[in-house]
Amino acid sequence: MSKTSSGTLYRGHEGMWSWVGHRVTGVAIFLYLLVHVLDTAMVRVDANAYNAIISTYQTPWMAFGEVGLVAAILFHAFNGVRLILVDFWKQGTKYQRQMLWGVLIVWVIVLAAFTIRHLSIALGGH
Amino acid sequence: MSVSIPAPRSQRIDPKYKRGPKSHGSFEKLAWLFMRLSGVVLIVLIFGHLFTNLMVGEGISGISFGFVAGKWAALVWRVWDLVLLWLAMLHGANGVRTIINDYAEKHATRAWLKGILYVATIFIIVLGSLVIFTFDPCVTGSELAQCL
Ligand code: HEM
Ligand code: HEM
Repeated sequence: MSKTSSGTLYRGHEGMWSWVGHRVTGVAIFLYLLVHVLDTAMVRVDANAYNAIISTYQTPWMAFGEVGLVAAILFHAFNGVRLILVDFWKQGTKYQRQMLWGVLIVWVIVLAAFTIRHLSIALGGH
Repeated sequence: MSVSIPAPRSQRIDPKYKRGPKSHGSFEKLAWLFMRLSGVVLIVLIFGHLFTNLMVGEGISGISFGFVAGKWAALVWRVWDLVLLWLAMLHGANGVRTIINDYAEKHATRAWLKGILYVATIFIIVLGSLVIFTFDPCVTGSELAQCL
């Protein structure tokens, strides 16, 4: 494919941006998972070492990182359902744009609920 | 007086570039299907994981060695985490493989990147599985009541 093509209905429109978003979130979650399994493996070495690592996730600053991670997962998951519907549901391609709006609306609502609960635990007086 | 017309370009393609009946086709098709099936299952597994670890009880503040020991005392959560580990790693690795194929244009670069990806993926899957199978609530440093 030409790297300099322009003037299509795809390039720069929401179809492309949702694809970029799906890619970026997929890679980010994968990298997180590599580190996450290494962290969790400390459970097999020393209980205190595990607690020390986990406590670095329990800081107010990291709470925002966790919201970012969950934001990425929720987008990838909901948009993933949309991609699956585009492929397997007869009307899928016809409604793919409306479904993208659905994805964004559900994403904002679920992420807001998560953020309120998570930040009140992580930043609340403990 | 029917004339048989050869398929377009059929004479110009070197046979070694032709897709034989047993090319990569069926693997790629299975990989495509796997991405979708694992995706559906991962929604349940990841949402359940995040809900039990971040939303209920004390959420992130409640996680400690004791929390993990408590969860893994139940077989359900060990199976849950094992399936989550395998599906998420295979789904993610296959996704990253696609991305490497898309962006790494030199054959050697592609081969190297995919080699690193496969080694890292196998390492993490084996490590994570061993951690679940050999988990010991009384490892060094454990202060759980049953170990003292
Ligand atoms: C901030 C978010 C997260 C927190 C606080 C968290 C916490 C934990 C904890 C405490 C464990 C120990 C066992 C258990 O509780 O079930 C664990 C294990 C695990 N988590 Fe997470 N997790 C998070 C996100 C994720 C995500 C997004 C994934 C998948 C993409 C994931 C995949 C796993 C896997 C596969 C294991 C098992 C590891 C092993 O086999 O040793 N986690 N996580
Ligand atoms: C929460 C449930 C999930 C769903 C519903 C889901 C769904 C999907 C779907 C439908 C695709 C498209 C595959 C294709 O185009 O052939 C995909 C790609 C991908 N997924 Fe997921 N996924 C989920 C979780 C994950 C996790 C946990 C990871 C990382 C460990 C991940 C990483 C990726 C990557 C890297 C790609 C490739 C993106 C690309 O080629 O542009 N996904 N996912």
